[in-house]
Amino acid sequence: MGKLYDLLLEDIRFEEGLNACMNCGVCTAICPAAEFYNYDPRKIVDTVQSKDEDKIIELLKSETIWYCGECMSCKTRCPRGNAPGLIIMALRGLSQELGYFVESEKGRQQLAIKRTVGDWILSTGYCVYLDGITIAMHPEQGPVWEWVQDNKAELLNRLGGNYKGDGPGILRKIPEETLAELKRIFEVTGGMERYEKIESFSKTKAKEMNLELTEGIDNEYFRHIYKTNNGTHSR
Amino acid sequence: MKIEGKKVIWSEYQKEIADDNYFYVRSCIRQNFFPGSEVAFLRIMRDVLKKDVFEHPCHTTCSGIGYHGDVVPVETAMTVVARQFSLMTEAGYTNYVPSCITSFGLYTEILDTWHHFPEVEEKVRRQLKKATGREFKKPENLAHASDVIYKFRKEIAAKSKYRLINKETGEPLKVVDHIGCHYSKMFPSKGVGGAEYPYVLTGMIEEWGGQIVDYPERRHCCGFGFRQYLVQANRGFSIACSKEKFESMKPYQPDMIITNCPGCPMFLDRWQYVINEMEGKRYGQNGEGIPVFTYEEVAGLVLGYDPWDLGLQMHQTDCEPVLKKIGIEYSPEDKYNLAIIPSYSDSHKLINV
Repeated sequence: MGKLYDLLLEDIRFEEGLNACMNCGVCTAICPAAEFYNYDPRKIVDTVQSKDEDKIIELLKSETIWYCGECMSCKTRCPRGNAPGLIIMALRGLSQELGYFVESEKGRQQLAIKRTVGDWILSTGYCVYLDGITIAMHPEQGPVWEWVQDNKAELLNRLGGNYKGDGPGILRKIPEETLAELKRIFEVTGGMERYEKIESFSKTKAKEMNLELTEGIDNEYFRHIYKTNNGTHSR
Repeated sequence: MKIEGKKVIWSEYQKEIADDNYFYVRSCIRQNFFPGSEVAFLRIMRDVLKKDVFEHPCHTTCSGIGYHGDVVPVETAMTVVARQFSLMTEAGYTNYVPSCITSFGLYTEILDTWHHFPEVEEKVRRQLKKATGREFKKPENLAHASDVIYKFRKEIAAKSKYRLINKETGEPLKVVDHIGCHYSKMFPSKGVGGAEYPYVLTGMIEEWGGQIVDYPERRHCCGFGFRQYLVQANRGFSIACSKEKFESMKPYQPDMIITNCPGCPMFLDRWQYVINEMEGKRYGQNGEGIPVFTYEEVAGLVLGYDPWDLGLQMHQTDCEPVLKKIGIEYSPEDKYNLAIIPSYSDSHKLINV
């Protein structure tokens, strides 16, 4: 048994997600990502259960493990009760632990998710937060969103929200002591360590790619990983 | 057809939904994109159904979008969720009602994992205690907010001002239901009707006078795909999934779409705008888009709530064609008027009533 397979087994989702795959391919048939990307969850499960160390390393460095949308349609249909989506989550976790994620265009995007959703969780207590959902980053939100952003305080008040206010309600200010508890949970459970690893491996990669990477989202590396699509991912 | 047999099969797809005394946790996405829906939920529960719903000011994100964006490790997500359970325990509640489907799926997954791996639950308890000093009891009943509205769909119908019927023709409105993937695709027994034939929204629509549209891509994901939308470079996946659904539903000429997920209504709404910008194509009738609603928005309209109190002005795809079809009385000129002070009670602003 390979070392990487052992590491995957330490992830509870891997244990839950892989019983014994008979390669029927029903997961690929139902998978929205397989329709769009050059992606085949059946092959991933087959590679993983082969326990071949070299092939698993190749997977951890690949684009392919980042194509899944985690809708979990595969879990509904698998006749053996496997969940390729959970196996993917375990692979993505390990790819980040070992720093292999920076070797693929899609994997490098983890820094963009960490510096938006990841940081919002700890700074605001929300995983998505109005002030950060800008038109520049989300042009698809359309003219209505421009109006929402221009009038957010008045609009939330009009609709009965409690934007940045104390007490309960919509988009209330999450109390400092609550944010401190969240941070402490991240420190105790490995969340902070994951964030630090994403940052650290990304910094090395940015240097290697000769792209400027400073704090926040206004820098070359962030813009590059957030927007670049080399066009080879889908048919 | 032997109805008795059907009833036996159907009974396996029912779930227990608590009757009262709910601990409500909000959705990050919905607070940003559909704030009026969460207000409507509390107004319906407290003012119409006279139920006890408690909101703890110190609850937070469940971390689900970070978890499914793969930046938050599983043990961290479990401990954040354990903290939410501890707030419920502290407040003396046992019936847990999340507004979000990603959260509902995460809670379901975590409770299932703890059931099969009690040692994981023990570890999470130790970690929570170490990090926050907190302890918790698990919920006795876990129901998504749409389950709760489904449970009381008949009571809402009984108090309705409008029905989902075309005022001119007398025909039921044709409604597409879109169920969030994490409602029951992971754990079919936890959703009303299971994964293949979820009934949670269909039950509401049938009760409120509409007619459900069945179409080939009915169960296809909207295309959120977490990282597939969160990162701009991946959004082709997201819009392609929504487009596949629109193309599939168009021949059935739906009047509207109803959803129970935080992200789905936003994507199905915004991607219609983008497809029209890119290709000049619209999927609704008379050259319009197909209006997309949350279940609380539909419940609110049926009960006669003002469309602009419900937040329908935050949709990009215009909802007014549906309001006109039903014959809802409203002021088009008040749509963007932010100076209006709503006339309904302030009960939605309280921790409980």
